Amino acid sequence: MTPTLPGIQLAPLAGAVPAWRAAVDARQWRAGCEAAARAGGRLAALWASDERDRGRGFCVRALLVLYEGLVCLELLVPEELQTYPDLSDVFACAARMQRAAHDLVGVIPEGASDRRKWLRHGAWPENAFPLRREFKAEQKYSIEDDGYPFVRVEGEGVHEIPVGPVHAGTIEPGHFRFSIVGEKVLRLEERLGYKHKGIEKRFESMTLEEGARLAGRVSGDSTVAYAWAYAMALEGMTGARPSARALHLRALLLERERVANHLGDLGYLGNDCALAFGFSQFWRLKEDVLRSNARAFGHRNLMDRVVPGGVACDVDGASAQAMVAEASQLQDELRTLRSIYYDHAGLQDRCITTGRLLPLTAARLGIVGLAARASGHAMDARVHPGFAPYDKLQPKLASHRNGDVAARIVVRFEEAFESLRLQRLILQNLPQGALRAPLGEAVEGAFGIGWIEGWRGEVLVALEAGRDGRVRRCHPHDPSWQNWPALEHAVIGNIVPDFPLINKSFNLSYAGADL
Amino acid sequence: MQKILFQIARTGIISERAPAADESLRRIAGRLNDEVLRLLGRALAIRHVDAGSCNGCELEIHALNGPTYNLEGLGIKFVASPRHADLLLVTGPVSRNMEVALKRTYDATPEPKLVVAIGDCGCDGGVFGENYASRGRVANVIPVDVAVPGCPPEPAAILQGILTAVSAAKS
Repeated sequence: MTPTLPGIQLAPLAGAVPAWRAAVDARQWRAGCEAAARAGGRLAALWASDERDRGRGFCVRALLVLYEGLVCLELLVPEELQTYPDLSDVFACAARMQRAAHDLVGVIPEGASDRRKWLRHGAWPENAFPLRREFKAEQKYSIEDDGYPFVRVEGEGVHEIPVGPVHAGTIEPGHFRFSIVGEKVLRLEERLGYKHKGIEKRFESMTLEEGARLAGRVSGDSTVAYAWAYAMALEGMTGARPSARALHLRALLLERERVANHLGDLGYLGNDCALAFGFSQFWRLKEDVLRSNARAFGHRNLMDRVVPGGVACDVDGASAQAMVAEASQLQDELRTLRSIYYDHAGLQDRCITTGRLLPLTAARLGIVGLAARASGHAMDARVHPGFAPYDKLQPKLASHRNGDVAARIVVRFEEAFESLRLQRLILQNLPQGALRAPLGEAVEGAFGIGWIEGWRGEVLVALEAGRDGRVRRCHPHDPSWQNWPALEHAVIGNIVPDFPLINKSFNLSYAGADL
Repeated sequence: MQKILFQIARTGIISERAPAADESLRRIAGRLNDEVLRLLGRALAIRHVDAGSCNGCELEIHALNGPTYNLEGLGIKFVASPRHADLLLVTGPVSRNMEVALKRTYDATPEPKLVVAIGDCGCDGGVFGENYASRGRVANVIPVDVAVPGCPPEPAAILQGILTAVSAAKS
């Protein structure tokens, strides 16, 4: 079913997910997004490209998720103007994406209230834009001071705690600026972008097939989700059809990635509540899963197992049987640990009502994934109609309405159980078929989209082919773009010592959103 | 409480033996004398710095703290400040946005100090390489004593790198 947006002609995009694209003018850009928002749609990603070599100025794209599927709006921005209508008043999560698009391509969201830089710190000057065609990837500028204008909170007794970029634990780098009174957080402001390492520019030096390996390293903890999303985008544009077996194996890998990450998080959430027992127990179980991955698929974290056209691994009868037995055993272990977590007064006291993100706030911020489900929003790309092989597996969506740390723990437990059920189902009914389908040619200008529900939330990859099978533009999008601003809201009114716990309950990716 | 105790008893001790040092991982030999290394090796404080990784290496570093690898059982622990550290464990290609922070962390670590670079990116820039936003390998920014390849290296390999750094060179 084709979605309807006022006055906008949608053309279907070939691929595994229902998707459409449309060239729009500046008026339709706003009107289309407003109509989508009214219809319960949301903004999945926003990015820009340099099209001046084709005489078309710049192009800004907004990828929307509607009930019918994905819609990609494409707005050409004349070179002499460089401006396009701001979307941050329609979709709050657009703000940082627009700031990043400016840092990288130089397009200006007209009317945006926050025009500060985002990914740019001091590594390249204000008037240089790395994703413009003439910008050489190896170009180096001397490092300047970041001089980022943080928002100041003023008033009697207010003081600031700056944290990071190097944190106290084994955590990715980022800066958090807390404005507090006593122990209470009045405001948290995030400053990210420390891990920006020019991934999108790097893609443009690669062939479409080489790009798969880089895509699997945008956020290492979601390597299966990214590799699948990239493969899906590439398969869509080349017309390749992975076999049912390959798709089932991909789902198996994705669910194993989900379980491994949920186990790790559940361990750390216990640890952050001073229940070191939980950490030891969950990391013991996680280690078992990773070792089993190494035995069955040749890599603990499943990197490079999903490849364009299919998968680079297989499961034989004995291996399937072993994994089914492991899944049943893990389910029993999880039940025991869940009853300990749920009955532990100290743990529950720390988690219930802590770091609350109410359903309405979550909706206004457009958050996604696990955190959205824990705040009462029923969204999960896996349950989207026609999403093979999940359409056959019928995954059950886990959700909760409290939106606190405890709710995010509950959702993790529920999803881990469901994921183990899906794994057994896949392993017991693995269809026959080729592991890898031939890819076929991607014509210059071909465009594809991949959309996968990773353990953290939806991972998107938009891919455009250049000449001779090369990448012209690739934009990988992490769910953390949407969810980082939500963390700023979730900590308001909490005490500073609860921040690590709240932060862990979201466990967002720095690498994925810094690119 | 009863359930927790029962679970602990049921699990038992699952920690494994630590790997032996591997001199082939060493990039700079003889920088610290054997006596210093012997002392550090018995109670080592590590500060982890993610200088721009994909976060894959962090997953495996976390595992070291788990019961299987039982890092603390070897007298090694992660500390919250470089000022308390003997060794920096650095991951990632060094992003240019992290270059200053990494140098400052290195400067804040008291002498004698060691640096272990983790992962293919830490060793040679990996899939990200060098560009306008990435300085590539860790040794391009601070001196590296030991480098552990892998994408990501397994926890035992990371542990081996750490143990190599504090083992006296047999030259």
